[in-house]
Amino acid sequence: MNFVALRMLTGDRAKYFGLVFAIAFCTFLLENQTSIFANILRRTASQILDVTDAEVWVMDPQTEYWEQTKALKDTDLTRVRGVPGVEWAVRLFKGNPVARTLKGKFAVSFLVGLDDATLAGAPRRMLMGSWERLREPDSVVVDQAGYELLFPDEPLELGRILEMNDHRVTIVGISDASAPFASLPVMHARYSEAVNFLGRERTELSFIIGRPGPGISPKALTARIEAQTGLRARTTEEFMWDCVNYYLKHTGIPVNFGITIAVALVVGTVVAGQTFYLFTVENLKQFGALKAMGVTNPRLVGMILLQAGSVSALGFAMGTGMAATFFEITLHKMATRGIVLMWQSVALTGACILFVVVVASVLSIRRVLVLEPAEVFRG
Amino acid sequence: MVDATAKTELAVSCRGVRKHFGEGEARIEALRGVDFDVRFGELSFLVGPSGCGKTTLISVVAGLLNRTAGDLAVLGTRMDDVSDEDRVLFRRKNVGFVFQQFNLLPAFTAAENVAVPLLIAGVERREAVSRAKTLLSRLGLQHRTDALPKTLSGGQQQRVALARALVHEPRLVVCDEPTAALDHASGETVMELLATNAVHPDRAVIVVTHDSRVFHYAHSIARMDDGMIAEVTHANGTAQSHRPDAFRHSEQEAFS
Repeated sequence: MNFVALRMLTGDRAKYFGLVFAIAFCTFLLENQTSIFANILRRTASQILDVTDAEVWVMDPQTEYWEQTKALKDTDLTRVRGVPGVEWAVRLFKGNPVARTLKGKFAVSFLVGLDDATLAGAPRRMLMGSWERLREPDSVVVDQAGYELLFPDEPLELGRILEMNDHRVTIVGISDASAPFASLPVMHARYSEAVNFLGRERTELSFIIGRPGPGISPKALTARIEAQTGLRARTTEEFMWDCVNYYLKHTGIPVNFGITIAVALVVGTVVAGQTFYLFTVENLKQFGALKAMGVTNPRLVGMILLQAGSVSALGFAMGTGMAATFFEITLHKMATRGIVLMWQSVALTGACILFVVVVASVLSIRRVLVLEPAEVFRG
Repeated sequence: MVDATAKTELAVSCRGVRKHFGEGEARIEALRGVDFDVRFGELSFLVGPSGCGKTTLISVVAGLLNRTAGDLAVLGTRMDDVSDEDRVLFRRKNVGFVFQQFNLLPAFTAAENVAVPLLIAGVERREAVSRAKTLLSRLGLQHRTDALPKTLSGGQQQRVALARALVHEPRLVVCDEPTAALDHASGETVMELLATNAVHPDRAVIVVTHDSRVFHYAHSIARMDDGMIAEVTHANGTAQSHRPDAFRHSEQEAFS
């Protein structure tokens, strides 16, 4: 009877393709919007996640997220290093100087100052140059997107000059730092130089980053640091979520995306669910004939579920394929770099589609189950 | 599963069968004590005005509806002893249906439509379609086995429906107005095929019809009126009047 169920489903090509494409576009829209939403929020913590060699972040108790920092005292670094279980801890500076090219092009930038001795906290990979060249005086590493923003339509080239706070700075490397939330250049310099590129203040120590020693987890170490220093200590993952939650709570981003996702869900539900429901209801006469000929109710339920399962699986696969293609294309564009189709979005969308189709199936199954087989004699 | 293999002279025996729909003021008495017999090997016609209860009666006899009261035995099985689940299995094995509007599955070819009862019974698809094609050939549709219903004429569609009703060799075939949607020639063809292929010593055929032009195919004609059998006329000329005041001669004329 599986053959009968599937042939009934695919027999009316217009309805069948209507169903499949309704589910496919619903899937695409949901996966697209939820992935973009999640990736944009993830960008708020890009510079945190780029620091792969540290697992613990220490900051002023008033610091809530990456963008908003209150400087620590230099002595705090010593205090943190004195906490048992800290394998190493180094300073990290974050500022937003204005970088200006010789042609006059300028941009507010994210400047990250790395520990002079270890350069701990540098992003993953260099596209040109090397991190070691940061040891040269007045040197900076800039990310590719920042370079293209400051030097539009020019090839990647080391040795170019920037002016920051009256300092003549040489680009000694181009990194693939993750895209920040705001589309600003991301620059790295040594700590001692970075503070000069922004302009000296009384205190400049934005963060202390470190790693726990053997036998102690990052989570346990943060608790120990907080207890002994009174400073705020977070694991990398906790700090990332601090940033994400701050934007969720204090910006309109979740509302805007939430509306779009809700609309996608409602429209998808209405279109896909109602189309499938109507498909079954329009076939009531056929189901009635099958009932008269001796098809049991459980078998009919199985047929409808098979129809629902196959049409939703095909629509979901097509929609996911469309979403994957979309992100594959946009992944290679500078503005949308790093925005990928997240497996969580795929799983969430799959669950939504399954829910919608199951609800539509249950409603239509009810109509089939209460159908009197004698109805077939009524024309 | 109901054992309907026991041979009895009567394929269907109704005694005082009643059926009502609804309750209270909305209650409708569709069958008001029907006495009705159908013998094996016979083509029994059920005639009467619209709303007299013909369709309800064949629905009850075919196991599509439960009767409200009375005794009903079909193919030797007392239907009041049969559970709803077994009633479905009883229909699957023992009853073939021909509907007025054909009720063919539009996405299926003629052969696939005919094969549906076999598929329901669990026959492997290839074998089911093969048997369906053989039967369609017997009914003169060997050249249209792969055609979709929408490409067939009304007469051809009803022949496909007839093949579907017979393919699993049921012992009872129930036809509801099989010629109503057809022109006279197509109706004659369908009835000719029905009489030739469906009538069998071990099978009973009940035909509900308004079409007096095909009465001459009947072995017996039962005329219903107001939820009761008013009169039964047999091809041998005997007539049994249940309600003398409602007697008509048209059925007897059909056998003359």
